[in-house]
Amino acid sequence: MNRLQVELPGLTLKNPIIPASGCFGFGQEFAKLYDLSKLGAIMIKATTLETRRGNPTPRVAETAAGMLNAIGLQNPGLAHVMEYELPWLEQYDVPIIANVAGTETADYVAVAEKISTAPNVKALELNISCPNVKSGGIQFGTDANTASGLTAAVKEVSKVPVYVKLSPNVTNIVEIAKAVEAGGADGITMINTLIGMRLHPKTGKPIIANGTGGLSGPAVKPIAIRMIYDVRQQVKIPIIGMGGITNAEDVIDFLSVGASAVAVGTANFVDPFVCPNIIDELPQKLDELACEKITDLIGRSHR
Amino acid sequence: MIQQEKMKVVRQKQIADGIFELTLIGQLTLQMKQPGQFVHIRVSDSLEPLLRRPISICSIDSEHMEFKMLYRAGGRGTKILSQKQPGDEVDILGPLGNGFPVEETESGETALLVGGGIGVPPLYELSKQLNAKGVHTIHVLGFQSIHNVFYEKQFSELGETYIVTADGSYGSKGFVTDLLAQLNPTFDVFYSCGPLPMLKALEQTYPDKKGFLSFEERMGCGIGACYACVCQTTDIVAQDYLKICSDGPVFPRGVVAL
Repeated sequence: MNRLQVELPGLTLKNPIIPASGCFGFGQEFAKLYDLSKLGAIMIKATTLETRRGNPTPRVAETAAGMLNAIGLQNPGLAHVMEYELPWLEQYDVPIIANVAGTETADYVAVAEKISTAPNVKALELNISCPNVKSGGIQFGTDANTASGLTAAVKEVSKVPVYVKLSPNVTNIVEIAKAVEAGGADGITMINTLIGMRLHPKTGKPIIANGTGGLSGPAVKPIAIRMIYDVRQQVKIPIIGMGGITNAEDVIDFLSVGASAVAVGTANFVDPFVCPNIIDELPQKLDELACEKITDLIGRSHR
Repeated sequence: MIQQEKMKVVRQKQIADGIFELTLIGQLTLQMKQPGQFVHIRVSDSLEPLLRRPISICSIDSEHMEFKMLYRAGGRGTKILSQKQPGDEVDILGPLGNGFPVEETESGETALLVGGGIGVPPLYELSKQLNAKGVHTIHVLGFQSIHNVFYEKQFSELGETYIVTADGSYGSKGFVTDLLAQLNPTFDVFYSCGPLPMLKALEQTYPDKKGFLSFEERMGCGIGACYACVCQTTDIVAQDYLKICSDGPVFPRGVVAL
């Protein structure tokens, strides 16, 4: 028996550890460091219909126990991802969760329809929460009706289950979670980054060229934990949790509040081996908690 | 191959105003081949500061498994690094990036090495390797003032070395480009690392020469995954953007839009 195995719509995960979208490229850089087949799944970088150049630099700024980024969804576009990135990933025994982004509903639908036909794409992650692009992204994720409508439109064309990535930059995240569930989402991933700003001490102006950036890293973990705790009690579909995970204890916290699996983001930049290290640590953590299998921990905060 | 290792501090020495020379020992040194590559350093095991710091490799001693880096203790992270003592361990990821192509200069030819401030260190290993294959090197190194000058003696042992300071307190006064205009050196290939205006001026001063420039930018991961440290390219390459950490930090002249 594999104690770490988790079953989710469209996904059989050999462990619940997934590198988060935007923090792992399309896997090529990390494949030089370890065997990607070790991972539960991979959330690839957001893919849009056309090539996107992203934002001007500086695109990142370090903050207390975290970082701000405003990459701006730079990616080579759908055709390139279908032709090169996804086929290259087929050499690994790992399901791919394709993060889909766009500026209007038609873009999301077009990308979802095509990318969901790739043999190794087992689920989509609908990016309605990118804070760093002028149009699209977060606009879809901060209004319940829009979020629900987009989810339904993508569900209609997708060949694989659809997870919706929620933004924490809302007054009531439970309302958005319920809306995407009503729209037919198979799961939720949460949270994306929090909008923040860091100033240059000399000029008093923002360091990041975009002005604002998305805050990630250990600093945001308590917010993610609280939001998943709240959402878990109000929706039935599974949650993949993320926000500041750096070690196995963090993973257990996310599972405890109700996430069925987790994504690791910023920590990949600090320690590129963090995902395999966490996977290796988990069995011992289960032993310490006298837990037979990892799924026993899911939602224990609510029991 | 990129490795991660807790390397041991052999020596830590302040060599100029705010500039430190750190010598580390470990297996990872054996992976270092090309001058101009860098290492990504985690200065603390805690979450503060969180990200690694990219620092160029200044000198490689494979025989003793040691390498040296020179850095300016200017920010939070590098100040912590400057407090490391012999015997302390430092978490190193590297070697990273593509460095200076030594093979682009033939034995018997002359290479012009131009460095500005904290861009000077990677030129030292480059000069060592060029000299080892019989290339004649000329070094033109610019600093802010006399207090910031370092490695003059080390470079002098390898070839003609000229120092310029912005305030004229040591060597000649002005920028490296002022000195180059006076010297009018004869050379075949130029290699440079330093501030952007300097790199730009070099490209303009030597429009017909083969040259290689090393760039820097705020980095996240250092391995090409986060897309933070991109630079805009000119029309001569197909891609709009290149990543400084993994496509560079050294590019042939003309590739990066300056």
